[in-house]
Order: sequence, then C-alpha cells, then structure tokens
Amino acid sequence: MNDTRWPKAHTSGPLLLGVRHHGPGSARAVRTALDAARPTAVLIEGPPEADALIQLAADPDLRPPVALLAHAVDEPGRSAFWPFAEFSPEWVAIRWAVEHDVPAHFIDLPATHTLAWEEKEEPGEEKGEPREENGESQGEDREPRGERREQKRGESEQQRGEGGEKAEAGEGQGSRADDEQVRVDPLAVLAEAAGYDDPERWWEDVVEHRGPGERDPFAPFRALEDAMGALRERYGAGGHSRDLVREAHMRLRLRAARKEFGDGTAVVCGAWHVPALRAKTTVAADRALLKGLPKVKADLTWVPWTHRRLARSSGYGAGIDSPGWYGHLFHAPDRPVERWLTKVARLLREEDRIVSSAHVIEAVRLAETLAALRGRPLPGLTETTDAVRAVMGDGSDVPLALVHDRLVVGDVLGEVPESAPAVPLQRDLARQQRALRLKPEAMERELELDLRGDTDAGRSRLLHRLRLLGVGWGEPARSRGSTGTFRETWRLRWEPELSVRVAEAGGWGTTVLAAAQAKAAADATAARTLADVTALAEQCLLAGLPGALPVVMRVLADRAALDADVGHLAQALPALVRSLRYGDVRGTDTEALAGVAAGLAERIFVGLPPACAALDSDAAEEMRGHVDAVHTAVGLLTETLTGAAAGAGVPTGTDPSGSASSAHGHGPAATGRAVGAAGRGDLRDRWRAVLRTLSTRDSVAGVLRGRAVRLLLDEGELRSEEAARLMGLALSPGTPPADAAAWIEGFVGGGGGLLLVHDERLLGLVDSWLTGVPAEAFTDVLPLLRRTFAAYEPGVRRTLGELVRRGPGDRAAGRAAHGAVTPGFAPEADTARADAVLPVLRLLLGLDDPAECDPPGRDPAECDPPGRDRAECDPARRAPAESDLAQSDPAERDPVRPGSVGCVATRCGTSDDNSLAGVGA
Amino acid sequence: MSAMSASATSAPTSVRPTTAPPSHDTSAEVLRPHAENAFAAELSALAAQDDRPRPARWKLSPWAVATYLLGGTLPDGTVITPKYVGPRRIIEVAVTTLATDRALLLLGVPGTAKTWVSEHLAAAVSGDSTLLVQGTAGTPEEAIRYGWNYAQLLAHGPSRDALVPSPVMRAMAEGMTARVEELTRIPADVQDTLITILSEKTLPVPELGQEVQAVRGFNLIATANDRDRGVNDLSSALRRRFNTVVLPLPESADAEVDIVTRRVEQIGRSLDLPAAPDGIEEIRRVVTVFRELRDGITADGRTKVKSPSGTLSTAEAISVVTNGLALSTHFGDGVLRPGDVAAGILGAVVRDPAADKVIWQEYLETVVRERAGWTDFYRACREVSA
Repeated sequence: MNDTRWPKAHTSGPLLLGVRHHGPGSARAVRTALDAARPTAVLIEGPPEADALIQLAADPDLRPPVALLAHAVDEPGRSAFWPFAEFSPEWVAIRWAVEHDVPAHFIDLPATHTLAWEEKEEPGEEKGEPREENGESQGEDREPRGERREQKRGESEQQRGEGGEKAEAGEGQGSRADDEQVRVDPLAVLAEAAGYDDPERWWEDVVEHRGPGERDPFAPFRALEDAMGALRERYGAGGHSRDLVREAHMRLRLRAARKEFGDGTAVVCGAWHVPALRAKTTVAADRALLKGLPKVKADLTWVPWTHRRLARSSGYGAGIDSPGWYGHLFHAPDRPVERWLTKVARLLREEDRIVSSAHVIEAVRLAETLAALRGRPLPGLTETTDAVRAVMGDGSDVPLALVHDRLVVGDVLGEVPESAPAVPLQRDLARQQRALRLKPEAMERELELDLRGDTDAGRSRLLHRLRLLGVGWGEPARSRGSTGTFRETWRLRWEPELSVRVAEAGGWGTTVLAAAQAKAAADATAARTLADVTALAEQCLLAGLPGALPVVMRVLADRAALDADVGHLAQALPALVRSLRYGDVRGTDTEALAGVAAGLAERIFVGLPPACAALDSDAAEEMRGHVDAVHTAVGLLTETLTGAAAGAGVPTGTDPSGSASSAHGHGPAATGRAVGAAGRGDLRDRWRAVLRTLSTRDSVAGVLRGRAVRLLLDEGELRSEEAARLMGLALSPGTPPADAAAWIEGFVGGGGGLLLVHDERLLGLVDSWLTGVPAEAFTDVLPLLRRTFAAYEPGVRRTLGELVRRGPGDRAAGRAAHGAVTPGFAPEADTARADAVLPVLRLLLGLDDPAECDPPGRDPAECDPPGRDRAECDPARRAPAESDLAQSDPAERDPVRPGSVGCVATRCGTSDDNSLAGVGA
Repeated sequence: MSAMSASATSAPTSVRPTTAPPSHDTSAEVLRPHAENAFAAELSALAAQDDRPRPARWKLSPWAVATYLLGGTLPDGTVITPKYVGPRRIIEVAVTTLATDRALLLLGVPGTAKTWVSEHLAAAVSGDSTLLVQGTAGTPEEAIRYGWNYAQLLAHGPSRDALVPSPVMRAMAEGMTARVEELTRIPADVQDTLITILSEKTLPVPELGQEVQAVRGFNLIATANDRDRGVNDLSSALRRRFNTVVLPLPESADAEVDIVTRRVEQIGRSLDLPAAPDGIEEIRRVVTVFRELRDGITADGRTKVKSPSGTLSTAEAISVVTNGLALSTHFGDGVLRPGDVAAGILGAVVRDPAADKVIWQEYLETVVRERAGWTDFYRACREVSA
C-alpha cells in the first residue's frame, strides 16, 4: 500500500506537510502521513531554542493545551507565545516524533530574533494581533491565514476602548492601514475562487472535513501545495515581508537536517510556507537574508494554556474560535455530527433542559439537510449550531451561549510538569525589587513612602500591583501624622509561600504589570457589586494600571447602567470620586473616570427623588447616608473637573507605567477633558435642584427632607428665612410629631448643633415646636430627639442649654443686637412679657392684691418653672409677628410638663453638663 | 365556528383544485392580494429555472424557496425582490425545516414579519398561502380538525359529504402547507390537537371510522408571540414537534431605517400624506432611539441604558413616524420635526408610568442631552415629558 505513494511524495526531496495551524483535519492528515512515510526526522515550524523542551512532551504531565513561551531575559515583558492544542498538527508531529523516538526540531526563526524584531518595529509592528498596553506582544503568529482577521479584531477591540486608548491605537496603526491594502489573505483568495464568501468555511469543507481514510494520505498536502504555489506565484510574499526571512531560515535548517538525516525528513509548517521551502535557492542568498538580524537574549519554557485563550475572543488568541469543536472533530472516531449533538443534548440535560433523543434525531436531520441546502459536504459548526437553536433551544440563543461556552470553546486547562523552566513573572519581580531597592525580608517592617518621589511612587505601585495579584507582601497601614494623599505607609513582610503565590500568578502574565492588569480586568468582570468595581477602579489607579482601566471602566459603566438601586450607585460614587482625586495627585489620566463619575452622578440625580419616596425609617436613615455621601462626592467632583479643565492645556500626566504607549493619549484626552468639564460645570447646580426637589416633596421621609434643607442652607443656596419657612412647615402641627422629629434629626443631626447655636431663629422654631408637642406624642419623639441632641459635642450642648435658659429675647432687643430681623433669644429674659403672667398666677395662688406682688426687675425664673416660662411666654410673645406659626393657647398647657429643648438637652447631658441642671430643674 | 362556515362556503368538499384561488378577485380591486398572486411572476420565473431536486409536491426546490424570500437575480436576469430583510440563516433554517417534514414555529415580538414570512413560505412551497387558521382565545377544535355541515348531517347522517374539513385537514389530504397564526393564543387543549397531526401525520375521524392521512408535502407553519400577555404556552409535547425559528428585530440601524422609510411611504400614500417624507433625519433619530432603548446600549456601544417595558418593535417605530408625519402635514410645515415625533416616542416608550418614565428621563439626560445635533430633540422631549 505504501509502495505506490512513497515515491510520489519523495520525488522532490523531503516530505513537506503544509497545514492549517490548529486544524484538526490537518492534524489527522499529518498523523496519517507520518505513519505512512515513517520519516527519520521531523522538522516543525517553531522557535529552535525550544528543541530542548521537546523531550518534555513525553512527560505525561505535559498536557495540552500548552504554549511555548519565549521572553527576553532582561525584559520579561517582551514575550511571545506559540500555543499548541491537542489537535494542532504541530503537536501531533511532536508527539509522533517522541513516541517513535525520532529526532524532532523546530526550524522557524529563533525567538532571539523575533523578540528583538518586535522591539525594533514598535509600535508599527508587523503582526496584526492586538497589542497589550504594556508593550507585551502577542505570540509570533504561525498561521498566515489568521493574520488579516486577527488584525480586524485588534482594531475593533481597541475601538471599544476609551478615548485615550483609541487615540493611541489610531496613531499606532495609521501606518499599518496602507500596508493592509497590499496584504493578501491567501485563503480568502482561494475560497473566493471556489465560490465561498467565508475562507474559514472553505478550508473546513475542502480540508478539515476530509476523513483520514482517503486512499492517499499525501494527496491533500500535494493539492494544497499546488494551490499555495499558484497563489505565491501571483502574489509573492503577499506583503508578509518577514516571511521571506523566516523561510530563508527554515530552508537553511532543512538543508542541515537533510545532510544529517537524508531525504527521509518530514517538515510540518503552515501551508503558506510550503512553496518557499520547495523553492531552489542558494545557501548564500539565504544567509544574506538572515544577516544583521537584531538579537535579544531569549528564554523559553512551557506554560499551561486554556481553550479560552486559544479562542479568538480572548487575549492571546491563536485565531480559532471553536477549540472545543475542533477537539471534538479530532477525537471523534466517526459520525462527528451525531456525537456532537449527543454531547450538546447531555450538556443541556445537565442544565435541566428537557432534551430527548428525539430532539437529537431531529437536530441531526436538520443539520444534514441544512448542509445540503448550503451545498456543504458535511454539517459544520454553523449547521449544528443552527440545528441546536431550532430544535433543542426553542429558537433561543440562551442555551446556545451555554453550548458555546462549555463545548464549542470548552474549559480545558493544560498542565505543565514541574521540570519546566521557571515563570518569567518571578524574574520580573526580582528585577523590579532590585531596581526599586526593595528587598524581600521575612522580618516585618514599616515603610513610609512619599509618592512625590519616583522611587517611592514606583514602590507603591509595585506593592499595590502585588496586592491585586494576591501576593500580600505589603499591607497598607494608616499613615502617622500626615493625612496627605501623597504619603503612604506599608507594613512589609515576605513569607516563603508568597513565592508560590507568584508562581500561581504567573498565569496572568509575564510581568507584574501585565499580570496585574489581566487580573484586574478579570476581577472587574467577576465583581459582584458596583461598589466592588469602583473600589477596583481606585486600586487600578493606585497600582498605576492604565491598561486595565478601560476594561474596569466598561464594566463599571455597564454595572452602573444596569444597577437600578440608587443606593448602590450612591455607594459607588465616593470611591470613584476619590480615585479621581488620587489620580490627579499621581498624574494618571483620569478622563475616562471623570466621564463615568459624571454619568453616575447624573443617574443618581435622576433616580434619587423617586427612590427617596415612601421609605420606612431605617431605609430613610440609610438613604440619608447616601445623600450625604453623594453631596460630598459631587462637591469634590465639581472641583476636580473644574481643576482639570483649568490645567487641560498642559499635559500634566506623567506616565506611571513607564511604557511609551500611553503617552500618545494625552493630547486628545486633555482637550476632551476641557470640553467635558465645561459641559459638566452645572453638576453642582443640578445636584442642588435635586436637593430642592427632595426638600419640598411630601412623600419624601422627614429625615431626608430635613437633610436636604440643611445641605442647601450650608451651600448658601437657601437663605435662612427660606430654611426657617421650610422648618416651620415641617414642624407645623399638621405634621405627625414623629415625622417632624425626623425632620429635625435630618436637619441638625450628626453634629449639626452649631447651626442652632448660631441661628437663634431656627433654635426658636425648634423650641416652639417642641413645646407644642402634645404630651402623648412627646414620649414617641423623645428617643429620636435624644439621639439627635446626644450626638452633639458637650460644648455645643452647653451653649444650647444656656441659650435656652436665657429664654427668648425681646424682638426690639434682638433687632438691635443683630442688626437684622433675626428673631430668637435675647441675652436677657424679657421681664415685661413675663410679668403679664403674674395676674393669672396670682389668681391661681389666691393672692389678694396684684400690686403687692409685683416687684419690678424680678427674675421670672425664680417664680416660674423654666419649662412653663417658655412654653407660655414664647408663643405669646411671638404671636403678633409670626402668627402663621400657629400656637395653641398657653393656658391649656400643663405647667409642669418638661417640654423644652433645654430639658431634652439636660436629659441627654453627661456629667460635665451639670451647669445645665439649673435650666431644667 | 364562523371561520369554519366561511371556508365551508368557499370550498364545500374536501377535494379542491390545487390551482390558485378563485379568479374573480382581480388584484386591482382586492385591498391586499395573496403573496402567490402578488409575486406570481417571480414564482413562475423561479420555477422555470429551478433545476434542483424538489421535495414531493413542492412547487420549488428548497434553494429556490430561500432565494424567493431573500431575493436575488436569476441567471436570465429576473430580479427577485427580497421579501425578508434579515439574516440568511433564519430563512435557510426555516426552509430546511419544512423540507425535513418538521413543523415550523416562527417566534418573535410583534412587528417582526412572522406572518409575512409564513405567508411567503407557504406561497413558495405550495403555491397557496390560504390554508390558514387564525388563532384566537376562542379558536375551537373544529377549526383545526373538522366541522360538520349540520344540514347535511341531519338529512343524510354522518358521511364524508357532511364533513367540513379544516384548512389543516385539507393541507394533509393534498400535501400542502397549512398555516396557524398566533398559535399561543389558542387555548392549550385545542393546541394539543396538533400533536397527533404533527407526530403521526394522521387525523382520525371517529364518527365515520375513517382517518385522513397526510400525504407527502404536507407541513405546517405556526407563528407565535412569546412576549405578549395572555398567551398559552405550548406544552412540551407540542413544542417538541416544532423546529423553532426566532425572527429578530432588524440587525443594523440602516436596515431598520430602510424598512421604516419604505413602510411609512406606503402607509403615507394611503393616508394622502406627502409621498416622500422629508424627515429622514427624524426617521433615523426615531429608529436610533428605539434601537438604543431596545438593545440597552447606545449605538456607539459606549453607554448602557435601561430598556423600558414596551417592545419597541420596528412596527411601532413606523407608527410613530406616520403619526409625526400626519402632525407635521396637518399642523406643521410639512417637514417632520423633532417636536412632531417627540410625543409619539414618549407614548411608545413609557408604557408603565412609574418605571418607564425614570428610564426615559435617564436616557434623555445621559444620552440625548450630550449628543451633538440632538438639542432640538432633547428640548422637544423635555417639553412633552414635563
């Protein structure tokens, strides 16, 4: 059987197996071809430095998906990945070589050069993969077919990013746009020729879906080689200028291998390269191409990989969007569609969806008929997906999402044996520790950082980043003495298990920065509450992770938009505003953050009034906290935005990460910020409008109304007469006493006593209300009042008590004293008015002669209980001026009822308030 | 019962010519001709050039049916107008479903062209879209199985002549495509009548000791609305007999603007409104607002917004624009202005006065207010919602 094919395959030298990277069909074909040809050596497209690592493939602990990670020794951030899945033809070739004890070698350009190349050509780097913010590059792409699409993805991903990032992307890719016109996607051309609109499907139909049982295992490779040959004749290198160099290197290695192993050498490489390897060139010409390539010292190791990362939609994409499906195709011995749909049915059943065998039967029928309608030889992923949706999923995409997540992509995690070389993250950490002169010590020590200095700022960022990564080397401690934002205190302690944590975190990236960024992005997506996300945003700023910020911001914006609870929004705002301020202190570009904060504030403004209606007392109390927090935050926010607008002309931001990339963003971002600030200048006004709405709406709980009035008064937005009017309204007899007490709590609660000390009119209002509370209601409102007044500073309480004791002053005297119509308590008791009571008293006491018992200048406090004094005199005195504040007849009062502010203040008083005792007693 | 008697008069016997419906309804007088009449030329051109295998009793091959719905140009230059603007996949799955003799269930919110697609599918597959059962809360079992001509029944006793077949029964006997509109509105017990028909492809007539077995070519297209109130969910037994295709709302804003403009033009003509609406700006704006609120995300993909409780379908956008057009014609200067559509939008968006109002205000403040060139619209909306 072999005899007929063998000569054909070897008519022109070595066995060249052109493949589609990560194509299960190719992988199967490669295995069959290798089994048939039994080569003496296997050459694989990949970095030759990894030759030594090939033997690890024999280790049962090395389980794909794994990736070869190459990184520059001095600069772990410069790295490249070569992922391998179980169904990758390269992996199959490696395994075949290891199993058959045949030498295997990588023949692509050494990573030494490819890594250095990236340095040289940054940022207009050749490959189309999306670049990470920190300058970390994607894996050197092994597949010609993936490049164009990859680039598209990269661009669209960056477009989704925030403003600064976008501007940068535009600059970085400007030169590339022209390049792309020249570039060809070889498979797109072939597919178009075959009448397919999607090259992916063409490849699947023509190559991947061919079973291995064809008569000639080499036929597909020959056909593909011919096709690629025709393409390359027409398009040359197709704009992949680096390919020429890589291919020259491959040819040199191939020549060397042929010298060593003879013609029984097999090469597994991307189909695109096959014609070039077949081409006849001179050694000298190839050498010339390779001359003068830049070099960096590179190190390689195996790292575990996941299906998710292989998938197109995540970071280091290998360009395949359905690794799970490919894995299935690779493993299924026969009837792939039936098996696949059965798998899907099982998955859906596990998730409690009713899916019977009848469903599977119908789905298979539908998939096959669909394939026929679309003219495809076998149902592909599209057909099976359509069938699953129509038959098993009731037309809904929800179960499909599950199928896509669990099966089409899959949750496979690779494993790497212990013997694999160390993770670069460790190296990077060690390097940074050296650079920042921050030695890991087992002994606990305290570290004071002044963030204005570069080294200290760097240290702070490193510690924050490590904290994000779960490496708890330093714990932030409260700064002593200084509360300034440029000071930080840390407690450092390096424990041995932290090394393990670092190794674990190695999965997130190769440098501390990259890893922390990846972790922050992942955390943001997984965060449960809005406040968690804002806290994360704050951390990102502290840790100097501008690259993670767009993701966090996006999640934040999403969460904020979906979170209907104003309370959550209000909780989230302060941290956000705080981050804004810190961001400014540290020179981070916080334009995006400001946008989100302003948006959040707007949403709170809109949502707050309805959310404040019909609350019970607990909820109202909670809401009051939110209102206070938002008030503070809005103040800070307005300040920050205005400040930003003022400084917008100068690009103040120094790039904390030290990478060149984010420097581009400042120009446009600064302009945008100025515009934004102008538009948001009225934030404070809008907030005041919201407070106004709150203060006048009857359905809003009393404590909130009181609070709103107070905030407006403090802002100078409400004149004190207006505040007095509102207070009078809230305290008028029509209001239930409990509600009125809540109003007072809101108005003067939480240490707002000084206001009462200074504005006697308000004190007078409170006082007169209090004395007007009916006896039955008094006990109800007492706890609330006690809570309100007990929170005051002793000094304030004392002053209040004294004021009350002095009693309401003469209106004329008050006017003279304050120079304005500010009614309240005069310095002296108004004896003239107090005397008016005497006739009644006399009557009650049964004294005969009114004239006898009327000594002028007699202190009314001596003969009248103070409570009675004010309860009766005050309203009487005020009645002519403020008749709108209806008061009941003094004569109806119980003269001994303890109903005055002074009384309450006394009851709340502590031992140092003894001087007040005289007032109440 | 009324539906039954109507069909009984037009086709009293179970055997009915499979040609087009009675010819006396000339299309000039009919308000709305059937799909197979309106597009007869396209159908015959397709049939003439269709050389692919056709399933039994199909007028066209599945491929040609898909072309008929999605539009295209035939080799001889005949242009087939697209009947459905949307993902190709949906029509392909629908046609394939019919070819595999599985029943087809078209799901979707109101205004997504379910009925339209089902009519054209039936017209293309069987050349007859009139075998229709309209589902209502009062649809009786007879509407799906068969009824009796009581005069005949009393005069001659139970016989095949006294039987009044339902459209479904006729479709079974003749290998045609039957349609059930608003399946979920039909009471659950009546719905389940379909189970035997769909799984065993037979309809027993116990009164006569007979049965009607479906011949090849029979199939059933049902439409249903999954988001409405007062619907009867399908039993899982029945659901299992259907392949479900969900008709989505238009994918891109341009497609939707296109659909809205076209429909508004058609409706406007019949209302004697100006033929070409001058307010493409406003149409685009209405469509944008509807889409953003519906999708919960702004068109630039940068801001999330909340979705109100209404469905905000394309059909509603059409009605808002038509309304605005009427306003501007009769009370304005004939040009569609922001003020003309603002009230309509408010009415369409705010269905639940409490929750939707907040959502709408939030949208106004966070999205509309900031948008360049939308100031007039913002003001108009503020005015009507104040």
